[in-house]
Amino acid sequence: MPPLPDGDTARGGSFAGVFAPPLLDPARPVPDLVTGPRAKAAVKRYAVYRNNVTVSLIEALADTFPAVQRIVGDAFFRDLARVYVRAEPPVSPLLFEYGHGFADFIDGFEHTRQLPWLGDVARVERAWLDAYHAADSAPLQAEALGAVAPEALASLVFTPHPALRILRSPWPAVTIFAANRQPGPVGRIEERDGEDALITRPELEVFVRKLPPGGAEFLTRLATGATLGEAAEHATGASPHFDLAANIAGMLEAGAFSGISVGVDRA
Amino acid sequence: MTEVDRTSEAHNRRFPAFPIAGRAGASLKHDHLEAIYADDDPVGFFEVHAENYMGAGGPPHAVLSRIRRDYPVLLHGVCMSIGGPSPLDRNHLARFKSLVERYDPAVVSEHLAWSTHGDVFFNDLLPLPYTDETLVAVCDHIDEVQEAIGRQMLLENPSTYLLFETSDYSETDFIREVAARTGCGLLLDVNNVFVSATNHGFSALQYLSDFPLDLIGEIHLAGHRRQEDDEGEPLLIDSHDGPVADAVWKLYDIVIGQCGPIPTLIEWDAEIPDWPVLKAEAEAAQAILDRHTDTYMLGRRHASVA
Repeated sequence: MPPLPDGDTARGGSFAGVFAPPLLDPARPVPDLVTGPRAKAAVKRYAVYRNNVTVSLIEALADTFPAVQRIVGDAFFRDLARVYVRAEPPVSPLLFEYGHGFADFIDGFEHTRQLPWLGDVARVERAWLDAYHAADSAPLQAEALGAVAPEALASLVFTPHPALRILRSPWPAVTIFAANRQPGPVGRIEERDGEDALITRPELEVFVRKLPPGGAEFLTRLATGATLGEAAEHATGASPHFDLAANIAGMLEAGAFSGISVGVDRA
Repeated sequence: MTEVDRTSEAHNRRFPAFPIAGRAGASLKHDHLEAIYADDDPVGFFEVHAENYMGAGGPPHAVLSRIRRDYPVLLHGVCMSIGGPSPLDRNHLARFKSLVERYDPAVVSEHLAWSTHGDVFFNDLLPLPYTDETLVAVCDHIDEVQEAIGRQMLLENPSTYLLFETSDYSETDFIREVAARTGCGLLLDVNNVFVSATNHGFSALQYLSDFPLDLIGEIHLAGHRRQEDDEGEPLLIDSHDGPVADAVWKLYDIVIGQCGPIPTLIEWDAEIPDWPVLKAEAEAAQAILDRHTDTYMLGRRHASVA
């Protein structure tokens, strides 16, 4: 829990500075400034607030990370989320922004060591929600790219769509994510290789795709301002199987970018 | 402060003027969208929690834009932390202001409660003592909100589970003083009155008779749940997860009989039922509003003749 602001000491301790700390810390006693009517006890009464805070934040995490919840089961998820909520309570009133540290927390959580890929599944889910709430923008159309003179293609620079997210995983995170976000039963997952995820939301629906070899290197370079020529060269160096035409077609179909301009080829 | 010309043709095309006087409405839940779109006459208005629409884009704004095109929308803030000692979060206030500008809601409201302290957001409507010090803080915060959005907001009475030994004001005196100092209107949550009255052993009717009824711009109704306090006596939880209780309907009937038809929202935020169930609750409120509209108009005419 972060330290209380200076205002509390300046004011000689505000009611909120006394009321708040035990909300997420069960070891602290009920603050002594609260009471029931006619001097009745306030233990269960204060517990209502403790419960509201903890349960509502656990439920917010369950809403954001349904695949993680399905994988570990409801009871385990609530225990995991309760520990996280107490360790890293939200700092923004926007609950859909909560849980950016959840994947790292899972990576370090001793009771999920048997599921080393769980953190990456959480990363895909967190990116899914970021894409869902990202700013709207019309995706780049194939015609716009088709209208560029062939000799100018290598120096094109792409504007990333606001919803674009790229994640790399040494585990089959996309396959596990997809299997646990669909309503049907989850069969045995045979994939063992690492997977890179492309997350986009060209219109209103969020898409999570598995990127082909070199795709993550290619798109990450493009999204950070490299020219098409630079990004292709980098991707080819990273993966001998990199297929430029297929990757361009894939990123257009996914709506990964929203515009193009002619840049300076630094290759 | 930017003045919006609400009479301009462009403004009226973007935001058709939908009167909400005397109407009952419902919380907007995205699970109900298909049913609402297919319903020729759903409810009088929809109310949304502001924080759910504070993302940059995506489906929430697409949905709210479509709903706002066809129905009046009321904006209900949940997380401004007006009742806390900390300064308001300027970023949050800016987001709130931009929502007001973007959707031109029929009513803007917030809670007499706090939810953020020391950079931690607790995601609950937490109670405050009613003292001279908290009165100043609450009034400063409401002034700041009303200045930012350029219009009046309504302040909602809380439901509470405990009391502060340090309180100097009754809740109704505190609320009346806040309204007098800031010019804000009031949102009367009748379920909150019933919940707090039960939890603290006072008379809900006495609370209502002490409440500045003439400042009410909107009413909330919702369901609650029953637990027990440390002495094994009923402790009601403002859970918004079921139908409105009979006792709350009775209080509501009395309030509407006293005040005339005030726009009324049915809140249902957890264990959300199918759309017809929520709609039926709103229709029950509408029936009470309609019954009193007739007698209220009649009473006013008689009063003016006399």
